[in-house]
Amino acid sequence: MRGDWRFRLREQRACWTAAALFVLIFALYIAKHQTGWTVPVLTTAANKGVLLAIVAMAQTLPVLTSGIDLSVGMVFVLANCLASHLVVGTPLQAAAGVLVVLAAGALCGWINGAIIVYGRLQPIITTLATGAVYFGLALGLRPVPGGDVHAGLADALTGALPGGVPAMLAVLLAVVLMVWVPYRRSAVGRAALAIGSAEAAAYMSGVNIGRTRLVTYTLAGLLASIGGLLLTFVTYSGEASAAIGGVYTLNSIAAVVIGGTSLAGGAGSAIGSVFGALVLRTIGDLLFVFDLEPLWQPLFQGLILLAAVSLGALRLLKVDNRLDLFK
Amino acid sequence: MTALALRLRRSRHLPVVAAAACTLGLLLVGSLYSRNFLSADYLLLQLQIASFLGLIATGAMLVILLGGIDLSVPWLVTVGGVMSAAAAGWWGSAGEWLAIPFGILCGGLFGVVNGIGVAYLRVPSMIFTLGINAVAQGLIVVQTGGFAPQDRATPAMHLLATGRSLLGIPNPLLVWIVVGGCALFLLHRTTLGRAIYGVGNSERAAYLSGVDTRRVTLLCFAIAGACSAAAGVLLTGYSTKAYQAMGDAYQLPAIAAVVLGGTHILGGRGSYVGTVVGVILITLLQSILSVMQIPEMGRQVIYGAVIIAMLLMYGRGRRHSQ
Amino acid sequence: MDPVLELVDVSKRYGGVRALDRAQFACAPGRIHALLGENGAGKSTLIKIMAGVVQPDEGRIVLDGTDRRFVHPQHAVAAGIACIFQELSLMPHLSVADNICITNPPTRLGLIDRRAQRRLAEAALARAGAQDIHPLAPVDSLSLSRRQMVEIAKALSRQPKILILDEATSALTAADVQRVYGLLKRLRDEGLAIVYISHRMNEIAELADECSVFRNGRHVATFAAGSQSDAQTVEMMIGRDIAHAFPPKPPARTAAETAPPALDVRGLSWRGRLHDIRLAVRPGEIVGLGGLDGQGQREFFLALFGVLRGVTGEVRQGGEPVSAGSPRQAKRRGLGIALVPEDRKTDGLMLPMSVRDNLSFAALERLSRAGVVIASAEAEATAAMVRRLSIKAPELGDPVATLSGGNQQKVVIAKWLMNAPRIVLLSDPTRGIDVGTKQEIYVLLRRLAEEGAAVLLYSTDYAELIGCCDRVAVFFDGRIVRWLAGAELTEHALVASALNLTAETLH
Repeated sequence: MRGDWRFRLREQRACWTAAALFVLIFALYIAKHQTGWTVPVLTTAANKGVLLAIVAMAQTLPVLTSGIDLSVGMVFVLANCLASHLVVGTPLQAAAGVLVVLAAGALCGWINGAIIVYGRLQPIITTLATGAVYFGLALGLRPVPGGDVHAGLADALTGALPGGVPAMLAVLLAVVLMVWVPYRRSAVGRAALAIGSAEAAAYMSGVNIGRTRLVTYTLAGLLASIGGLLLTFVTYSGEASAAIGGVYTLNSIAAVVIGGTSLAGGAGSAIGSVFGALVLRTIGDLLFVFDLEPLWQPLFQGLILLAAVSLGALRLLKVDNRLDLFK
Repeated sequence: MTALALRLRRSRHLPVVAAAACTLGLLLVGSLYSRNFLSADYLLLQLQIASFLGLIATGAMLVILLGGIDLSVPWLVTVGGVMSAAAAGWWGSAGEWLAIPFGILCGGLFGVVNGIGVAYLRVPSMIFTLGINAVAQGLIVVQTGGFAPQDRATPAMHLLATGRSLLGIPNPLLVWIVVGGCALFLLHRTTLGRAIYGVGNSERAAYLSGVDTRRVTLLCFAIAGACSAAAGVLLTGYSTKAYQAMGDAYQLPAIAAVVLGGTHILGGRGSYVGTVVGVILITLLQSILSVMQIPEMGRQVIYGAVIIAMLLMYGRGRRHSQ
Repeated sequence: MDPVLELVDVSKRYGGVRALDRAQFACAPGRIHALLGENGAGKSTLIKIMAGVVQPDEGRIVLDGTDRRFVHPQHAVAAGIACIFQELSLMPHLSVADNICITNPPTRLGLIDRRAQRRLAEAALARAGAQDIHPLAPVDSLSLSRRQMVEIAKALSRQPKILILDEATSALTAADVQRVYGLLKRLRDEGLAIVYISHRMNEIAELADECSVFRNGRHVATFAAGSQSDAQTVEMMIGRDIAHAFPPKPPARTAAETAPPALDVRGLSWRGRLHDIRLAVRPGEIVGLGGLDGQGQREFFLALFGVLRGVTGEVRQGGEPVSAGSPRQAKRRGLGIALVPEDRKTDGLMLPMSVRDNLSFAALERLSRAGVVIASAEAEATAAMVRRLSIKAPELGDPVATLSGGNQQKVVIAKWLMNAPRIVLLSDPTRGIDVGTKQEIYVLLRRLAEEGAAVLLYSTDYAELIGCCDRVAVFFDGRIVRWLAGAELTEHALVASALNLTAETLH
């Protein structure tokens, strides 16, 4: 068993870096915040952060297979609009509504996967197009913002658990434990990494490429719809906004990169993406709390995002065989 | 399958032919709805509208050929529009014509930064251009003070966007023809064009063959930035004012037009003629959907579905066992 | 003995090319069966059919007496056929254990049982003789030779009855090659049927029990190993008599005749990987780089070609000091360096592009004016190159991926010859290439040297180094430890110098 921990540590190095970054930034935020470390502040932060974290988890799965899902934001919005119709009424009806929303998200993901696998189209253009379709459906459900959601459920999930822990964090943990960990530790999850690492080699080794991709994109859709469902609990309504969908899609990609997963696939973790998402969210709040003029906040957010994703360029200084730059 | 169909399926030209066929199909469908569809006036108007997208798609195609993608289109278009209008405000009548190259130059500068990030810092193009998009947005917000842009377009810009100075051809179309002609020549007849295809196929092999792959990449992103900004300048001239989010509606259609025109999304293959057909196809599709007064919901769904359907016809990859 | 696997009347076409034409093959348990033939003879296609990677158009596969179809590689594996291809089937980001147990891993409650998997991996590695590889190490941290051993372990972990190896030893260090020989003999004695493709006659002589020769997709002959001479075997493979394998070398020059060196390298060092390399190549000379794989030979070429950063030392050409900061600078008219890389598929060619585009790619400056390519000049130059090198390409507009391996390599060489280079660096140019094309390349190299170019050839094939080169510099640990020329240039001396054994320690 000697040397084992060395390998395991190296495997999760990027994750730990992202986590450390988050802790640092969040500490700064809390320190500068007027109210500081209180339950309402933590709950608000959690409610916003967990939404992006779950969508970032959704994005991680296809990225690991060296694909991408540009429709996650739109599935997120679609789930939100659907939930504002269905997750209402008696607890039983609301529960059924939740199941329908999740199933719809999984279906959207499955459609993405089916077109990519059976249609043999590239993920980037497929999900770009299906994103438009899913957004159209969302518009059909909610041409104008409105709707409602089961108040009891919403209050419970956006509030705090006894002990001061934001309920959303518990939801996040549950999602990680029930979706990501089983996926990652199963043969399917490992097959996904294999495809991202070397698809031709994976095929030769007998990995079922089609089935793995289908499962991956379906789960991505499911996770995106969980995010959309939670959005409904936070906003108490449904809104078909292309802007929100676009922002969540693009931020999910940034979160994945900041979390240490390479867009080329083959290695990475959704947990890193979770921290990447939390870092992104907190930076926006950080600028606000440091009394930066509102006019300059978008610029700084953009610059920080650019800097964060360019950090990897530092290792280029060490490269002495230029051929290594091109893969 | 018959021998002809088999040969067609394998041919390089299939995407362009198929896209052209679909374009004709769309025209026929439209003409069923309204007789105007096949009139010269209407078609010319469509080409004028297509020119804005065509400019952006030209730059997008170069980047996609390299194997990258430019997601900074939305705000670089806005940069072009806002900065050219702003220059008009700064320089008054002296800057009437200068505002145009100034706006394009601003976009080109952002494009250069894109190129540095992708080629020299080796950051994946998807994420770097995303970041640049956010930075461009931030800069425009600062520049306009958070309000809607107040500066107006110069008369020269307006003329360029709406006039018909030559043989009754709309000026934007003339601009697209000139730019497109240059792009066609660049890609198919110059060493730079060969280098672009080479880098898109294998940057390693191109580098080892003595191509300065980083400079080629930088150039393509710079051109793409300039093209996006040029479209923004024209759009501002068209509506005499710039506005925030003026570029949002062009990102997806630009990529779709390039891919539907037969350019491989992973790079290395594609012809500019295909992109032209793709742009016209997308423009016609959008026009038909608005003429039929289909609600926004239906438009989005049909839009996405048509793109998928067309790609399934001729954009499919190969099976693993081949 | 009854054959365990038989291929009967198997045919396969790729478009217009007939890869296999009613081919016959049979292998028996407890025997090592060598497959011989040029590139394009059908060997790769044959084993791909056996391994379930491609489907035959006609013919039968008979396993243990019953007809079978393998639609997917996994079916063949499940039937007991394991195949080790030239292109490794390993996923670089995953660990060794993950790679070995990639399909059907041991599971517990639906999740992968890591401990059981690790035990399986360790057992497989031990069986392959590679116990020193840590099962949790990511594959991309291993050298090419170690990765090949992991590949072998992976194949063995499936408990195959039939093991197929396609040029499996080409990437191995000498020590690993010996281990693999021992392993294959052990497996044969245990009753496995082994099918072995190699272009190296000495390997075949060492291992094979019987040999089958293929030519142009057809089965030519099957005979017991050793019953035919090398020359007879090669004749069966290429269907014609070859007089000499290597073109004659010019007589060694006397000190008075020596011309100023075309390339003069002094004290070249790089970041602890290359140390004080000193080398001079006269025009008309072919200098070889010998030594074990990975001793700095490739890095030396990259340093000359301008790919490496932080190279110190002096490089002179025709007396003048020169430097190249990039391949672009290295190939320019003044310097004229050309590098033919060892991996033609990823480094030498753009596979989807046409043969013509690939041929002209490095010489576009010469074929253009003010950045515009002159089509007529390009067509003329590429046609001339095709003639000069006898490249078999029916249509120059076809993608270069459709050419055979040997012809692809000719395209890479031709691409560089279009620049009329003064210094030609070739990195293992004949790896994986059939005998006929190899010969053509040897003749070409000698002609290039006679025309005044300085040729440096890095090869892992001793026969090639001895047959082609006037002098050989043997590398060890980034240094040149020995120069061999003339009568001293023997396989024995090459091996000894490669292992850094001096004359004293040998006797």
